[in-house]
Amino acid sequence: MTATVNRAPLTDAPTHHLVLPGIRCAGCIRTVENTLQARADVIAARVNLSRKRASITAQPGSDPGPWIADLRRAGIEAHETREPGATGGADYVMHLGVAGFAMMNVMLLSVAIWSGAADTTRDFMHWVSAAIALPATVFSARPFFSHAWSALRAGRLNMDVPISLAILLACGMSLYEVIQGGEHAWFDAALALTFFLLIGRVLDQRLRRRARSAADDLAALEPSRVLRIEGREPVRRPIADIRVGDSLWLTAGARVPVDARLESGRGMVDRSFITGESGPVARVVGDVLLAGEIMLTGPATVRVTAVGEDTTLRRVAQLVAMSEGARGRFRSLADRAAEIYTPAVHILAIAAFAGWFLATGELRTAINVAIATLVITCPCALGLAVPAVAVAATSRLYMSGLLLTSDTVLERLAQVDTVVFDKTGTLTKRVPGVPEGLSPDERSVLKALADASGHPICQELSGTLADINPADLADVRELAGDQVTGAWRGIPVRIGRRTATDPTTMFSIGDTVYSLNAKETPLPSAGSAVQRLKALGLATIMMTGDTDQHADAVAAELGIDTVWSGIDAQGKVARVQTLRTAGRCVLMVGDGLNDTAALATADVSIAPGTALDATRNAADVIILSGDLSQIAPALKISRAACRRMKQNFGIAAGYNAIAVPVALLGFATPLAAAVAMSGSSITVVANALRAFRA
Amino acid sequence: MNILIILVPCSLLLGLGALAGFIWTLRNNQYEDPDGDAARVLLEDD
Repeated sequence: MTATVNRAPLTDAPTHHLVLPGIRCAGCIRTVENTLQARADVIAARVNLSRKRASITAQPGSDPGPWIADLRRAGIEAHETREPGATGGADYVMHLGVAGFAMMNVMLLSVAIWSGAADTTRDFMHWVSAAIALPATVFSARPFFSHAWSALRAGRLNMDVPISLAILLACGMSLYEVIQGGEHAWFDAALALTFFLLIGRVLDQRLRRRARSAADDLAALEPSRVLRIEGREPVRRPIADIRVGDSLWLTAGARVPVDARLESGRGMVDRSFITGESGPVARVVGDVLLAGEIMLTGPATVRVTAVGEDTTLRRVAQLVAMSEGARGRFRSLADRAAEIYTPAVHILAIAAFAGWFLATGELRTAINVAIATLVITCPCALGLAVPAVAVAATSRLYMSGLLLTSDTVLERLAQVDTVVFDKTGTLTKRVPGVPEGLSPDERSVLKALADASGHPICQELSGTLADINPADLADVRELAGDQVTGAWRGIPVRIGRRTATDPTTMFSIGDTVYSLNAKETPLPSAGSAVQRLKALGLATIMMTGDTDQHADAVAAELGIDTVWSGIDAQGKVARVQTLRTAGRCVLMVGDGLNDTAALATADVSIAPGTALDATRNAADVIILSGDLSQIAPALKISRAACRRMKQNFGIAAGYNAIAVPVALLGFATPLAAAVAMSGSSITVVANALRAFRA
Repeated sequence: MNILIILVPCSLLLGLGALAGFIWTLRNNQYEDPDGDAARVLLEDD
């Protein structure tokens, strides 16, 4: 293998994309690129460390399965994705660059004018400013013009309307003044307005792009290829190519990708993602498996009955998406500010114009004062008030493993007063119990057997026994999905089902047999999560489909106030709705398809990253790390963020309280406008960037 | 003040040069992978 590091950007368009969630350093880049390029079918591979992805150009028809296996052997986790990742979107940055360049140059010329340049020198400076500012504004402010125009055509007013008006009038009036050899030109104000507002837009865009790309990464964790039986052999195919009537080969631990009927083999199925029921369910030939269920045993062959949008999973998700209501009605802080600001500014400007025209009878003075009012009310600070805080808070939350998927989440999170948890999968997990009374030797044998198998139960077991040294076993064999056997000091040892018909998992050493029945135990982070939420003064509720005593025991252990048990999916929606009608602001935390409708009904919703994509799409926040104790700090940060947004509006209003009377009285100069605009914008951004303490 | 006739275009040309440079870096995808570019400096050329 030649160790070459590919430096040039890919010349051919990439054909495959991998998500690499674990890469961190230069060494990882080299390992991934060298591993991929060592394969004969890969022409070129390039890692993007910022997005944690690799783009690969390969021979047509290549299957990335073996590449992923190679990477895994090299210690790198990789998943295939169809999305190339968020690209492009650099256009606002281009607008920002042009506006920044023009603003700096015009500002330099303006400094000369403000320092007392007069007559021909001033006119010369003004003409040069105009030559820079007019084309630059036409290019940079186009996003505002086009948004304002589409709002006006729809008969609405938005923030972009007064912004566009201020920019256009400032440029138009300045041009007129320059032609007349006048004293004041507002070119620098028009450009500064554009520049600062574009910063807000770029921040907004960056926020959305990061959320989208992280959501793509999560989607990539779902299997993208399955084994289809073609002739006699199973062949790996993309899920999109699977049709109704195909035969698929499912291995133990695999998530069922489509709706299908079991054709051969019998199996235990984990339906917890669909129903929220904790126990495994037995399935025999002829039974239906739904997309999203997990095969605990295997292998099995199934005949596909529905794919894509026709699967039960998708149909439920669509119903939920159609009934989503809570979100649409929410009015964000920025919207409410715009609703007050937009008419206020127009009325002020018109009043200034009318007042001055009536008082002096001079059209030119009146227009000048009106424009000064429009420009000096600086929507820049207002435009930056929310996105600057949102970017800072969202980055802070992302670092602690929380992904925010919509732009008003922070504000809704801050209002939460009641937290509703789903039980199974969210607060608790079924963990195969390590039997009581095992000798240290027996524990190390169990650990060694569990390590040897990829079955979910065994992987859980080896996680539970992480601090035990595995024993030396001879002749270890795994009959996939059924049992793992070996010999310890000549004694046969085994993990597997008790008998062909009894699904209880057993661990046996010689003639001694222990039951490995799974127990439902709270997640390690659940207890502290509940305590921290209660410390914040929130009410905690647990909803479950399970029976009373069990639920009560879990709730008592975790310290949850209220338990509602025996509730199905519709019941969950109804309970959340009742809470909301009673004036509570409800945060719903759940992971199952049966929680999905309740997640969409609640004011805010959180799902773990391991939830099905249908469920994740209904959630506002995704806990990538799975650590529930991050919820309380997240609520604190969102409250702090909202306080800061309000502070920012206060700062902007404070500036206006001084600047507007000055402008109305006709004392505003371009210098005053420049100071007010930059001053308020910088204060607002600085306030937003203060560190958040959780 | 005639010197301005030379100096102002000079400053504008310098500014335009910087803007052209910025646009070139954008077009050249130099902001695609800042973390990766920082890390790749550490890799040897083979």
